[in-house]
Amino acid sequence: METLNFDLDKKPLREVNQFLHGDAASLNGKSIVIENPNGAHNIAVGLKADVDVTIKGHAGYYAAGMNQLAKVTIEGSAGSGVAENMMSGVVHVKGFASNAAAATANGGLLIIDGDAGLRCAIALKGADVVVGGSVGSFSAFMAQAGNFVILGDAGEGLGDSIYEAKIFVRGTVKSLGADCEEKTTSAEDRKILADLLIKAGHSDVNPDSFQQYGSARTLYHFHVDNAGAY
Amino acid sequence: MSDDKTHKIPQTTPRYSATFDEYTNSEIRRAAATGIYDIRGAGSKRKLPHFDDLLFLGASVSRYPLEGYREKCGTDVILGARFAKKPIHLKTPVTIAGMSFGSLSGPAKESLGRGATAAGTSTTTGDGGMTQEERGHSQTLVYQYLPSRYGMNPDDLRKADAIELVIGQGAKPGGGGMLLGQKITKRVAKMRCLPEGIDQRSSCRHPDWTGPDDLEIKIAELREITDWEKPIYVKIGATRPYFDVALAVKAGADVVVLDGMQGGTAATQEVFIEHVGLPILAAIRPAVKALQDLGVYRNGKNSVQLIVSGGIRNGADVAKAIALGADAVAIGTAALIALGDNDPHLEEEYNKLGTTAGAYDDWHEGKDPAGITTQDPELMKRLDPIKAGHRLANYIAVMTMEAQVVARACGKSHLHNLEPEDLVALTIEASAMAQVPLAGTSWIPGVTKF
Amino acid sequence: MCGIVGLLVRNQKMRDSIGELMLPMLIGMTERGPDSAGLAIFGEPVNANERKFNFFAGTADFNWAQFAQDFDKQFSTKSSSAPKANHLVLTTTAAPDLVKAWVKQQYPQLHLLSVGRSMDIYKDVGTPAEVAARYDFKNFKGTHLVAHTRMATESAITPAHAHPFTAGEDWCLVHNGSLSNAHSLRRKLEHLGIEFETDNDTEAACRFLQWRMREGDDLETALNKGFEELDGFYTLLMGTSNQLALVRDPFGCKPAIIAEHPDYVAIASEFRSLAHLPDIKNAKVFEPSPKEMYVWKL
Repeated sequence: METLNFDLDKKPLREVNQFLHGDAASLNGKSIVIENPNGAHNIAVGLKADVDVTIKGHAGYYAAGMNQLAKVTIEGSAGSGVAENMMSGVVHVKGFASNAAAATANGGLLIIDGDAGLRCAIALKGADVVVGGSVGSFSAFMAQAGNFVILGDAGEGLGDSIYEAKIFVRGTVKSLGADCEEKTTSAEDRKILADLLIKAGHSDVNPDSFQQYGSARTLYHFHVDNAGAY
Repeated sequence: MSDDKTHKIPQTTPRYSATFDEYTNSEIRRAAATGIYDIRGAGSKRKLPHFDDLLFLGASVSRYPLEGYREKCGTDVILGARFAKKPIHLKTPVTIAGMSFGSLSGPAKESLGRGATAAGTSTTTGDGGMTQEERGHSQTLVYQYLPSRYGMNPDDLRKADAIELVIGQGAKPGGGGMLLGQKITKRVAKMRCLPEGIDQRSSCRHPDWTGPDDLEIKIAELREITDWEKPIYVKIGATRPYFDVALAVKAGADVVVLDGMQGGTAATQEVFIEHVGLPILAAIRPAVKALQDLGVYRNGKNSVQLIVSGGIRNGADVAKAIALGADAVAIGTAALIALGDNDPHLEEEYNKLGTTAGAYDDWHEGKDPAGITTQDPELMKRLDPIKAGHRLANYIAVMTMEAQVVARACGKSHLHNLEPEDLVALTIEASAMAQVPLAGTSWIPGVTKF
Repeated sequence: MCGIVGLLVRNQKMRDSIGELMLPMLIGMTERGPDSAGLAIFGEPVNANERKFNFFAGTADFNWAQFAQDFDKQFSTKSSSAPKANHLVLTTTAAPDLVKAWVKQQYPQLHLLSVGRSMDIYKDVGTPAEVAARYDFKNFKGTHLVAHTRMATESAITPAHAHPFTAGEDWCLVHNGSLSNAHSLRRKLEHLGIEFETDNDTEAACRFLQWRMREGDDLETALNKGFEELDGFYTLLMGTSNQLALVRDPFGCKPAIIAEHPDYVAIASEFRSLAHLPDIKNAKVFEPSPKEMYVWKL
């Protein structure tokens, strides 16, 4: 695999991103290493090629934002909105992630080895998220579709106003949000969970040690009896 | 002395309360019956200080008017040249405001695209994403980036000609989108990634940023994803326009879109529409002042343009908005009326819905007889996109020509040379809000001495 | 909106370069706060019977020498003064209340930024780089500091509106966010006898804590009461003579990141500002949880 190195201390980010937006055919199969990220924002955003990108350090906001097809690895922490609105591909944060990780992501897989901040998987639209640590409050707020796996604990208001996304938590949940309830795990759900655990490098973790959560579906239509929930 | 018993005691005339008027009482009854707030479409219907309260001072002895035809009055406008590689060039300052596919039918969006393209202007997507019809038929398409991110994807972002980051709209500043189950059809549901038939609730804040300091980073992200090609607009509902415009500029906006409370919506709570936000008349001057104070008002390359919307109806409104400092305007409700919304020829059908042509605003129910604010396949067929597009193009042409008539009368060879000093106000409120003198005087309340 | 910066140097040998360490942190927050900047620096305290007064003059060519002369005449002291552009640090044994009263009367154009034994405050309009150059931040020495870059939301851009705000001797606060009930808080506190200098929402938070501490609350208790009474979004960073303290509101929307290292503790709104600190690779980098108080003592 051909490897290309970019040093953000020497090269402006705009040039690096523009290169990464180049002809997909010429990028496919390549390996890109980005050195000295030093918390810069918007690294490797809007990718649309089968390319392997490694960010050697901490990324700022929106790393791998709107990712398509690419595999992006962050060997450090990621700021707010990592993999936001991702459409496909894989993003892997080896450290911790800040707020709004995988916000409104439509597809693909976000793996976070450490903890995630508040509002993880907010408005999730079909992507899968696996967090090795714990997640902050208001995670999975208005999550519409996709699978959200948390090996650690969840904070307050988990799954508030959730639609059809599925949440699997191994640790404790501080509190559930409006219209979010415990669900029994079907065979199909168990398979989804097991597959994701393997993909995220947690093949040693038992799928049966998770509690599933999802929508109670009582807020799908405006009704006066639900006034307290709004 | 008592009256003869054959005479009746005179009665006072029955009098409605101005406070508890007919509409208010009917709303109380409806609330008591249902236990849920009233939801409707359109913008504020109250009588508000508006452009009708302003008048132009045409040329006379001290100034000279321009002749028609040979003595040109330019109407073109360039938006977003500050940072974008490909700024937007429009032939007229009248643009089409953001309205979602979902709130509007597919044929309605197509009509808007056709009409705008014929008129040389842009359309804007809404809270639901970009449809093929609109991108196909609209030569210049502005793509909205909203808190809900319904239908948002980078491929459409790259297809757009400009990106409009929506913080709020005039009908409900501080509120999110709303689309009820009857309009969440299979197609709409798929685009928005929602179950069919449910009532959609949209969030009021963006999911991954809060505050102008983080907005700056988000705008940078959108630029990076689109390789700095496209202008970035920031849309705000008018509330604290001076601060909000200043912050939008500091965060990197190329264009600010300012929407007053007359601006329409597909659906929201009636109380939100009528009681939150500013009339557009009160919002324009503070917005312009913010741009001036930051040195980005009509200042060569380093300029941020201002588009205003909310109750723009005719060429006089266009000219007045520009005279007060706007670079362009956006029409929503007016465009729908041009397409055929609330048309009297459908009066019987409106009556069946319990309303009348011109008052119909229950767009959230999806039963629009004109086939515009509906997803019903039978109703949608009633709108012919080619004819409707033609009507829209006609209407925009008329507005543009009317603005030119007024501008020429004021001696201007381009609409942008209209200035606040070309205007006077008929009322004290309008004078104070628009900061132009009361007609026949030099008095601006709060600015000059009486 | 804004950028916040905090630095506490544990390694005594590095305290002489606290200014050099802080400067890139502050410049890194320029985009978040281009309008004005401020810094509160803590160092060796002056004697127990002395106080440092930090004064700010609106103009660059203020006659500080004359001021110092008049001051010494008035208070029969030999105070020491260190002027820098439109800023003066005056060290004296004169009683603070008397000093404040005299300055208010004789030199009403001066703004008293702070009083304390170990704290100096500098704040002015301009980009962080401009403000830093004006007062020579690079060469500052000290134990810990709190700094701020401002993007004004609703109140004006003036030096007085810049952060840090101080609510007592050797006590200051910076804020990132926007309070939604600041005006009501101000009216309530003014009614309780607390004086305000500006209509800035941060000052409302600062004076609220000042009030609670006046009523006997310790900082932690005061902040807990703050969770109930302060409405809006905020990350607050506070400095006192021997500590830094940080708290985030329950919504946790405004960012903050912390790096703990044997040599230092560093705080900023974004990691970018921490990236160039020495040996940052080996620091424990994490984000503070909302509604929790974090304290680092010297």
